[in-house]
Amino acid sequence: MAKQLFAYIEHAGGSAGDTALELVTAAGKLGAADTVTAVVLGSGAELDKVCQEVASGYKKVWKVDNEALAYPNAELIRELLLRLLPSGSLLLIPNGSFGMDLGPGLSVKMGGAYVSDCVNLEGLEGDALKVVRQEYSGQVSTHVSCDVAAGAVVALRPGAFPPDETGGAGGQVEDKTAAALSGGVPAVRRRFVEVREAEAGDVDITKADILVSCGRGIEDEANLELAFELAKVVGGEVSCSRPIVDAKWLPKPRQVGTSGQTVKPKVYYALGISGTFQHLGGLKGNPFIVAINKNPKAPIFQVADVGVVGDILQYIPALTEKVKEMK
Amino acid sequence: MEILVCVKRVPDTAENEIEVGPAGADIKRSDLVYSVNEWDNYAVEEALQIREKVGGSVTVVTVGDADSEEVLRREMAMGADTGVLLSDQAFKNSDGLGIAKILQGEVLKGKYDLVMTGALADDGAGQVGGMLAALLDYPYASLVNMIEVQDGKLTVGREIEGGNQEVSQIELPCVLSIQTGINEPRYVGIRGIRKVASVEIPVRGAGDLGLSPDAVGAAGARVKRVDYFVPPLGEGAEILEGSMDEQVEKLIDILKSKGGIK
Repeated sequence: MAKQLFAYIEHAGGSAGDTALELVTAAGKLGAADTVTAVVLGSGAELDKVCQEVASGYKKVWKVDNEALAYPNAELIRELLLRLLPSGSLLLIPNGSFGMDLGPGLSVKMGGAYVSDCVNLEGLEGDALKVVRQEYSGQVSTHVSCDVAAGAVVALRPGAFPPDETGGAGGQVEDKTAAALSGGVPAVRRRFVEVREAEAGDVDITKADILVSCGRGIEDEANLELAFELAKVVGGEVSCSRPIVDAKWLPKPRQVGTSGQTVKPKVYYALGISGTFQHLGGLKGNPFIVAINKNPKAPIFQVADVGVVGDILQYIPALTEKVKEMK
Repeated sequence: MEILVCVKRVPDTAENEIEVGPAGADIKRSDLVYSVNEWDNYAVEEALQIREKVGGSVTVVTVGDADSEEVLRREMAMGADTGVLLSDQAFKNSDGLGIAKILQGEVLKGKYDLVMTGALADDGAGQVGGMLAALLDYPYASLVNMIEVQDGKLTVGREIEGGNQEVSQIELPCVLSIQTGINEPRYVGIRGIRKVASVEIPVRGAGDLGLSPDAVGAAGARVKRVDYFVPPLGEGAEILEGSMDEQVEKLIDILKSKGGIK
């Protein structure tokens, strides 16, 4: 492939993120697993540790070391990438909270295209990059063609590409600090202050074996009582999806998802939950999933083990009653 | 503070099953219920709250056809001072960058301190805010879930993974894309809608915004949707059939065997 391909490596605390090896798989889909260059920006010993780790998955690793990069500021990193990447490059980034901050603006400043939240790459035909995306909260998929003649930023959904754990790439780490910072550290108009950690909740849903989890289908705050009753009779805790927290019906520590808690129950009751990838991203350990949802097209039915198409406001009380009778 | 909020009329996914239409050319649109994009509604509420604290004005703008006027009126009923519709045949089938260029044209016609978009919309791309900021050369923050106004700058919180919040200071003018949950959007009653029903909404096209028609729309798009499709489904869930009683009994049997009932 003629285009130079780069992969942006997210890292924290001296470890590369899970997406680092997912991007190797994605590069492989473009026939570039051996030629893709990992780009790692950071600071000091932690950066070196990440580069060593990344060098087992990538044959080429570029590092940029500066204390201003101790925490990733998208505005600063954008300027450094513009200095570093040859014109017309393709850059793969993870489509998480950092990628969403970086990608759109970087593509504009590169003069390239931007295609976000790709769940698959089907290949490069000339200058046409063929990707698969989803729309309407995952209810339908789309084939998308992206003209990458002038370069592109391609954001990939975390978890959509299996990590390439082959290892042993024996990558060379090349220090690009001078090239990136010869003009000095770019001035920024957005300054990082701090990370505020999520507050702890009254219950720890991350430790529960059984989670009775509610989504938008619960319709009204008062109906949450139904979920609490069911949770009580089956011996579980109540958790929820994002809309319930947005509506302030339950506190944030009860939210399952990438922007909430990562849970690993044995059994997960998904009640009126559509099953967006952000929600499923918080569900680990391959639990047994029971889904009840009015919409037979809800993506949750693709990942659930057993499902009922119906209104949870009828099914939850019916379940609670039957379990009580049984006991 | 002069605030512009970019909004979009979208099919309401909470109210609709989205299905693929003939040959995958579009989704089936005939029976869809449309509303304002949920993220955008939070952005408008945030703008109204900022105006209540520090004064100024809130303008809502959308790129769309004549039907899009209804979401502008809805947001004006919520309290926005002015609505602007950007509409032109040349805008049809714009990609994200095309939409950002159209919005840039409108931003440059005014004197806004703060421009807001929703973090995501129906296509899940999450791109217009960041592109608009880069075109304007304004600083940007995405997934914003907290805004505090200071003199000439804002303190903003961004929602990052794990329920944590990244706090930054950002200079004005800037562009922010707003995450749901940042506030509790106020209710819009039928009376509010009636009050703004006859307010005139200016419509601007490519010429008014100083845009060359081939820079936007299908002509300017580098990212093109080829088709909609439903991926070949995996096994998926075993769907329980029968009456509600039968379904519940089967469900309980399965749950007991899997340790779902203690």
